[in-house]
Amino acid sequence: MTAHDAETRVRWWRTMLEIRLFEEKTQQLSQAGLINSTHLSQGQEAVSVGAIEALRPDDYLTYTYRCHAAVLARGMSMETAFAEMMGRRTGCCGGVGGTMHLADFSRGLLGAFAIVGAGIPVAVGAALAAKEQGTDRAAITFFGDGATNIGTFHEGLNMAAVWRAPVVFVIENNLYGEYTPMRKTTPLDDLAERAASYAIPGVVVDGQDVAAVHDVVAEALERARAGEGPTLIEAKTYRYRGHASRDPGKYRPAEEIAAWRERDPIELLGAQLAEEGVLSRDEQERQWAETRKRVDEAAASAEAAEYPTLEETKAYVYAS
Amino acid sequence: MSTPVEPRVAPSEETAVMTYREAVAAALADAMEEDPTVYFMGEDVANDGGVFKTNHGLVERFGPARVRNTPICENGFINVALGMSITGLRPVVEIMFSDFLPTAADALVNELPKYRFMSGGQCTVPVTVRSMGGAGMYFGTQHSATGEAWFLQLPGMRIAVAGSPAGAYGLLRAAIRDDNPTLVLEHKALMARKGPVERGEAGVAEIGRAAVLRPGRDVTILASLMMVERSLQAAEILAEEGIDAEVIDIRWLRPLDFDTIGASVGRTERLVVVEEAYHHGGWGASVISELTMQGTAWASPPRAVGFPDDLLISYSPPLEDEILPRPETIAAAARETCGAPAR
Repeated sequence: MTAHDAETRVRWWRTMLEIRLFEEKTQQLSQAGLINSTHLSQGQEAVSVGAIEALRPDDYLTYTYRCHAAVLARGMSMETAFAEMMGRRTGCCGGVGGTMHLADFSRGLLGAFAIVGAGIPVAVGAALAAKEQGTDRAAITFFGDGATNIGTFHEGLNMAAVWRAPVVFVIENNLYGEYTPMRKTTPLDDLAERAASYAIPGVVVDGQDVAAVHDVVAEALERARAGEGPTLIEAKTYRYRGHASRDPGKYRPAEEIAAWRERDPIELLGAQLAEEGVLSRDEQERQWAETRKRVDEAAASAEAAEYPTLEETKAYVYAS
Repeated sequence: MSTPVEPRVAPSEETAVMTYREAVAAALADAMEEDPTVYFMGEDVANDGGVFKTNHGLVERFGPARVRNTPICENGFINVALGMSITGLRPVVEIMFSDFLPTAADALVNELPKYRFMSGGQCTVPVTVRSMGGAGMYFGTQHSATGEAWFLQLPGMRIAVAGSPAGAYGLLRAAIRDDNPTLVLEHKALMARKGPVERGEAGVAEIGRAAVLRPGRDVTILASLMMVERSLQAAEILAEEGIDAEVIDIRWLRPLDFDTIGASVGRTERLVVVEEAYHHGGWGASVISELTMQGTAWASPPRAVGFPDDLLISYSPPLEDEILPRPETIAAAARETCGAPAR
């Protein structure tokens, strides 16, 4: 594994922390009725942060309705994200996209897909365009374990393999497709094995280890840029919450949740940073409190913004 | 009435007589020549001119990257085209049979028309999906649909229907240039039809403009795709009886040209809509509804000619012939609107 300097790992830790607290606030705001039904990612932070930190600023991303972590990891401000999720005009998509459609084309954030698997071929298309335009940009696409059973997964991997598109496929395997355990719907323990059908590399990585995720994605991106084609990466992870904000997730055994919490991605890196004397526990405590304050402020500013009008959304329907 | 009636287009120096399939190939070639970001892809598009020979010469001229054979996965490759379109290319996708469009329902219903909207206008989605449909060739129940009624509820996506070689050229050129996703429906039974086509700028169709192909005083016949030539043939039958029918090729289902249609009906006060589809839930029902709500003073109730409810296209040739609207059935409906007894 590549050694990563202290500054880099502190940045990763801070970003994961921001995502964690953003999601906890989102949950409160959803319960309070300020954000509609939404899909939370507490527990999965290391996958988004590790993978996205491996990208270049000009690379493309597609991702899923569980998208808050991805856009924050790519640098979208919490206020802009909150505003979109509250349906406000100041949101990244003018408030019309909402919590399942956070996008910012200036950051290569091409879109979140509310239809399972749909973003996979879209990323292949972006990668193909990058190749045809003579650039060495790459695309990355995130999707869940459930998406590996839908047609677009297989169609997307097949086309990417045949055309050697510079794309990295990342499965965020959180063990549940909505409310159903993955193994009840899927005959494999390791979804990365599905890469074999498309004659591309399939890699399993510990999705709670941000550095490990970073490194396998960095290697896959290198292959993609070198014209060697796509890679399928399966990050084993877990969502602490239910499928959507109103789902308590009671279909999961308490021991299972507890076991995964033992391997919390923020805590794993935090312990390491404390042990190395890079970021003391006191300093970490201070940053939790400080980040919580920034999250509250971002949510309050977002809430203060106005709703868009139907009239102004007309311009979004057709390009003139 | 086996001889097709050609649309009356004033000839110009740029006008050439070509087949419908040659017009499609010419539109693709001219668009790809004009704009290096135009990419063309679909099943077998680069093999021997494509299944219906609409792509003759393209791969030889533009190469296999810009004229790309795809695997058989319509939903996948239309979504690939979406990804290309939002990152600087202008893809054109071919769907071999319109019956295959529903396999790409997610791309066509949830993604293409909504993508720009959901982004709050951050992107444009210049994807053209051209699809070859329609009956008349005895391909059976799952290879004969026009699909013209299936995608009418999708603001954000334009729909063109090519009823002539001039339409096949001009509508496709307009669709490719436009920054919005556009579905261009073609008709495979028209592929060998010849007609005048104005190539180049002057031949690019105006978006949302229907074409009045035969002016007439007594009744308006509004049709799409293969029903256009059959309506022109019906007008010849009617002319012999002293009924002067105006025939309009609708050309765009979205946006729908209520100006042209409304002006025609304002004069004739009689309307027959002719669809190679079921009337209920189709564009013909929308036209009658809208014109009625606008206060059209109908001289007689409008008539619809289409498939009988609760029947499907059969493989057996006489049955396909019978289910399709024919010039005689169109003429009969027009005659009824004029108060003449059915013959």
